[in-house]
Amino acid sequence: MEQILIYFYENKEALFIIALTIFLGIEVISNVPSVLHTPLMSGANAISGVIIIGGIILLGHTDLSTISLNMILGIFAVIFGTLNVVGGFVVTDRMLEMFKKKKKK
Amino acid sequence: MDTYISQIGVTTGDVILEFSYLIAAIMFVIGLKFMSHPETARKGNIWAAVGMGLAMVTTLFLHRENGQTISLINGMVVVAAIVFGSILGIIIARRVKMTAMPQLVSLFNATGGGASALVALMEYSNPANESALVTLLGLVIGSIAFSGSMIAYGKLDGKVGDIFAKWTTYFNIFMLVVIAAVMVYMLAFDHDMATMTILSYILLVLALIYGVMFVMPIGGADMPVVISLLNSLTGIAAAMAGFIYHNQAMILGGIFVGSAGAILTLLMCKAMNRSLLNVIIGAFGGGGAGVDKEHGAVKEITLSDASVLLAYSQKVVIVPGYGLAVAQAQFVANELVQLLENKGVEVKFAIHPVAGRMPGHMNVLLAEADVPYTKLVEMDDINPDMPNTDVTVIIGANDVVNPAALDDPSSPIYGMPIINAHESKNIIVMKRGMGKGYAGIENFLFFDDKTRMLFGNAKDSLQKLVSEIKEL
Repeated sequence: MEQILIYFYENKEALFIIALTIFLGIEVISNVPSVLHTPLMSGANAISGVIIIGGIILLGHTDLSTISLNMILGIFAVIFGTLNVVGGFVVTDRMLEMFKKKKKK
Repeated sequence: MDTYISQIGVTTGDVILEFSYLIAAIMFVIGLKFMSHPETARKGNIWAAVGMGLAMVTTLFLHRENGQTISLINGMVVVAAIVFGSILGIIIARRVKMTAMPQLVSLFNATGGGASALVALMEYSNPANESALVTLLGLVIGSIAFSGSMIAYGKLDGKVGDIFAKWTTYFNIFMLVVIAAVMVYMLAFDHDMATMTILSYILLVLALIYGVMFVMPIGGADMPVVISLLNSLTGIAAAMAGFIYHNQAMILGGIFVGSAGAILTLLMCKAMNRSLLNVIIGAFGGGGAGVDKEHGAVKEITLSDASVLLAYSQKVVIVPGYGLAVAQAQFVANELVQLLENKGVEVKFAIHPVAGRMPGHMNVLLAEADVPYTKLVEMDDINPDMPNTDVTVIIGANDVVNPAALDDPSSPIYGMPIINAHESKNIIVMKRGMGKGYAGIENFLFFDDKTRMLFGNAKDSLQKLVSEIKEL
């Protein structure tokens, strides 16, 4: 229990970020026309690929001199993260491209 | 300045790295804000993507662990994995048809959740990592998001069926309790490394099973809600991993997506007038509701009758549904609209918030066919106009026009707002057959005296209709 309390104290800045970011997310999404729900969900999905940073840090500092489980899992983590980021942004762009095409008319 | 910075053990690179994370975080927020307006949406997506790219590059070059930056060999392996993932991602994202978009979002969401779970799994056995609680949370949430999204993908793609049974609810509650118990056991007592590692793998498997069983009983119109919920979970899992590395960009990005996804989930539930709890328990598909109600035979309409009816109407409303998406009929639908407009008929599309398999699914589809924005009218705006509508054409939609939602309290969709197609003067229903909608319930609109059925694939029917009207 004490450990958890200490942990919270040590990470108080992060808790501030979390609390404020929750409100930020609610604020940004609340007034969205339903036309954009699908692209927005897709865009948000791409941003959730931010885990790729963790993947890069992990694989970047893994000992690669021997083939280890960590190395294989790390490579998969980076590939998965990249798929989420790149695939997510490209799909969102494809959806939004169609809105733009129509506007030119 | 350089000397002071080096005295506290910080290099200029560290400062640049942290700054780049700040910029990336700001770009995520601005990007999503831009994405919430049609005019700036595309720009917003690019902002968010650039922010992500920036954070990736600076991490690769500047991140230090125990004073060491990422070595050349490691860097090359990382870059190779990123290049491979990028090429694969671009190919998948470019090749998929617009109809399969919802599945694709779910699939990419699964990979994100999977990455979070893998990072947490490896960090757990890293002795330098002191944040056991968030690591375990990241592992569990990421795994649930991964397996849940994979099942959601399989369901939308028609590869996985539904399981509706009372026991799934109890089983899922039981699984949650077990997962929580294992976590508490791991956190509260000190174990040797080997035991902990084994336990973390057990936790991984349990969470994966829970993810599968969580999505399994959910079906029908609830699918979009689940994808949005899983999307939110992936964000939270990424934020948990952010805690491990004290990485503000990951924490902010993850929580931001988590809360945005959560609010989007609630908005969708509200659009269907269902509580989130109801969705999760999976009350849809019970069947049997309203079966004792009498209904007559359905009446079919010939193509020539349908074309005359449409061409000589004043006001026509088209209600598109998933059938339109499956048949890829959006282009022909637009052709029909233009043809009718040239004949002086006023045509509008009525968009139900949950028509198709995702909110906004119909908008995206019709935008692809160049249907002008102004022709798409939302449910609440078109309903007052329905009694003045001469013909309502329902193309592959079912549950969103089912009047049982209004007047049959025993129906599983009772209370969901619908497009009041039954109030218009005539109704033409284009359908492949007499199959039930995704919610698996009977639609008495089809037996209404004003309703005429036009059976067949939506694209074929529309094409024939277009050529009939041309000959008039």
